[in-house]
Amino acid sequence: MTGAPVVSLPGACARVFGREVRLAARRFGQILQPVTFFLMVTTLFPLALSPEPSLLRNIAPGVVWVGALLSSLLSLEALFRVDLDDGTLEQLLLSGQPLAGLLAAKMLAHWLLTGVPLVLAAPLAAASLSVPADALPVLMVSVALGTGIIGFVGAIGAALTLAGRRGSVLLSLLVLPLVMPVLIFGARATDLAIRGEPAAGGIWLLLAMLILAITLAPLAAAAAVRICLE
Amino acid sequence: MATWTWFHRLASPPYVYRTAATLTPWFAVVAALAIGYGFFGGLVLAPPDYQQKDAFRIIYVHAPSAWLSLLAYTTLAVAAAVGLVWRMKVAHAVAAAAAPIGASFTFLALLTGSLWGKPMWGTWWTWDARLTSELILLFLYLGYMALRSAFDDRQRADRASAVLAVVGVVNVPIIHFSVTWWNSLHQGSTVMKLAKPSMPGSMLWPLLASFLGFTLLFAALLCVRLRAEILERERQASWLKSIVEKR
Repeated sequence: MTGAPVVSLPGACARVFGREVRLAARRFGQILQPVTFFLMVTTLFPLALSPEPSLLRNIAPGVVWVGALLSSLLSLEALFRVDLDDGTLEQLLLSGQPLAGLLAAKMLAHWLLTGVPLVLAAPLAAASLSVPADALPVLMVSVALGTGIIGFVGAIGAALTLAGRRGSVLLSLLVLPLVMPVLIFGARATDLAIRGEPAAGGIWLLLAMLILAITLAPLAAAAAVRICLE
Repeated sequence: MATWTWFHRLASPPYVYRTAATLTPWFAVVAALAIGYGFFGGLVLAPPDYQQKDAFRIIYVHAPSAWLSLLAYTTLAVAAAVGLVWRMKVAHAVAAAAAPIGASFTFLALLTGSLWGKPMWGTWWTWDARLTSELILLFLYLGYMALRSAFDDRQRADRASAVLAVVGVVNVPIIHFSVTWWNSLHQGSTVMKLAKPSMPGSMLWPLLASFLGFTLLFAALLCVRLRAEILERERQASWLKSIVEKR
């Protein structure tokens, strides 16, 4: 690591971001898989419980949020694994740029590629659970913020489990306790919106948690990647 | 620089091993006395509560366990951070030793709380803020221990689990203040307002003795587990061989 890097940090971050998006566009099926999983999980509940609209409306926030949480967890597994196997992660580490910045760009791309499809699918799932249309904006905003927090906090877990054995179950064990508060506030805000009550408090709290996660999680993830590669 | 020598000495496994051995009996004896007085005073001498009758007496186990669940996690996280920053092997050993003790006390706090909740609230379990956050703390301990066991390489296990411990520390203030922040079913704090305690002395002093006793019990257990941890980690070291051969 000698000499000044040729590319500036924003430039390097933009390239990492662009690479993620290009890779995802070439493997489009992988973007659709978590969304399909999400829609299937939310379909299970009317089938298993009862198709009665009043009951479905009561459980809808929880069902949508648990579905979004689980499908976010599924896509976390691959966040660093592929890059570790083909050596990209080592190249990022050796590039002379701050690793946390590059990983932040990667996590941001991951949020865009997994979060946005879930946000778009959430109204569909909500409508099938007979959620009134008035509550949809709050639902979509809360899912958008929530998937961001889960993505950033989960990236720490994904990086920590890289070097260990039996990755995927362990990843859920590590990440779930950390993101339970997100589930609580997100589902609560959605529930309030469905009942027609003001839900802004929960949304602001989620936003605060997201900002905290974006600020601190890349540092922790970078430390974890270093531990795995050293 | 002289003020820092105590800190540097803590980085030396032989020094910590011997110090822990010296401290263990002191911690253990005072802990036994304090817990003995606390339990006798709390279970036999203290009058029944005017509202909760004799059921309140479980507080002498429940509250110190809950306090220790947080203290053990804080110890773990601070040790992990020290290990990460100064690359101190002994600090990682402290974190590894504290985790199972903390998990046990968290479980004990949940169990005794559940036993207390049945006669008081009419239910074993309720999803309010303090109970939920304490349960999340138990999951954090379990995740920490699972991550530690997932690595074959001990150094990697130390550093990776240390990152998780430091990240998880956000949960500690949430648990501590959950009763104040959310209007929860769990009763408010009794002890942590010494200026105006909401208990008469005959109930309070045994409780404070239990707190002291449980904390020292934790210290004694930590010393014992720390020595075992150092023994395992330093089994190749020459200072350890010389100690073993002397016996």
